[in-house]
Amino acid sequence: MSEGFSRPVAGHVPVLRLGDVLLVTLQGDLHDSTAFQLQQDLSETIARSRVTGVVIDISGVEIVDSFLGRVLAEIAAQTELLAARTVVAGMRPAVAITLVELGLTLPGLRTALTTEAALELLAQPIVPGRAGGVREESP
Amino acid sequence: MDTGAGVEARLPIRSDMDLVWVRQHVRQAAAKLGFGLVEQTKLVTAASELARNALVHGGGGVMEASHVTAEGTDGLRLSFSDSGPGIADLDRALSDGYTSGGGLGMGLGGARRLVHDFAVESTPGSGTTVRVTSWVARPPRPREDL
Repeated sequence: MSEGFSRPVAGHVPVLRLGDVLLVTLQGDLHDSTAFQLQQDLSETIARSRVTGVVIDISGVEIVDSFLGRVLAEIAAQTELLAARTVVAGMRPAVAITLVELGLTLPGLRTALTTEAALELLAQPIVPGRAGGVREESP
Repeated sequence: MDTGAGVEARLPIRSDMDLVWVRQHVRQAAAKLGFGLVEQTKLVTAASELARNALVHGGGGVMEASHVTAEGTDGLRLSFSDSGPGIADLDRALSDGYTSGGGLGMGLGGARRLVHDFAVESTPGSGTTVRVTSWVARPPRPREDL
């Protein structure tokens, strides 16, 4: 594949490129294999296109179980190793409540309430620790 | 009131495609019985964990969904059965962080926290059945671990 993003084929989640950021929108109920495929596609696309950030919009996702939670955490971790950052955007409140009760707080995952906020977060300089909380910037 | 239609079902769990059907059915059944959005989400998530357990550890199985009532309250009962190797140490399998399948080890113990009633029967060598029930508009189960 020579273009900058993968095609929306069955079993594939489209990955769009917006400047230095890859935008992925997850919708509805994902098959395990689709989630695995996305994980692979993303790392290949990051390595090839040298983007610095990934935004995964999950506002259209009704449930995140431990499998999808683990895939999201792994995507964030491998993105970090490829010199980029991942922000998961738009988690539904019911999903957040359920994940915590499930025991899955995903401490390594950066989150934002909207895709817009996620893009702003990625535009900020890298700060150590869990992002989301905005730090005071030195003048 | 006939709420059995659209709730009662027996679904196979043989592939990750079947996990999607299981989740869809549980969401529809829970909505039909009048569960709120958060409870629906918890039930679907618990069903996804338990169905995946049956698939990954039990080599596949079946989910049965049924409408139950007690003291005038509607409930949704989900039963996940497999004929896999069974669970040798149930207490350990229910504790967080325990995993035998390379997962996060949140499946069984985590699913238990998402529903009101939870029962496991497992015979090593012949299989496992996990039965969970949640009731419409009942406070969440008390947490013995807090």
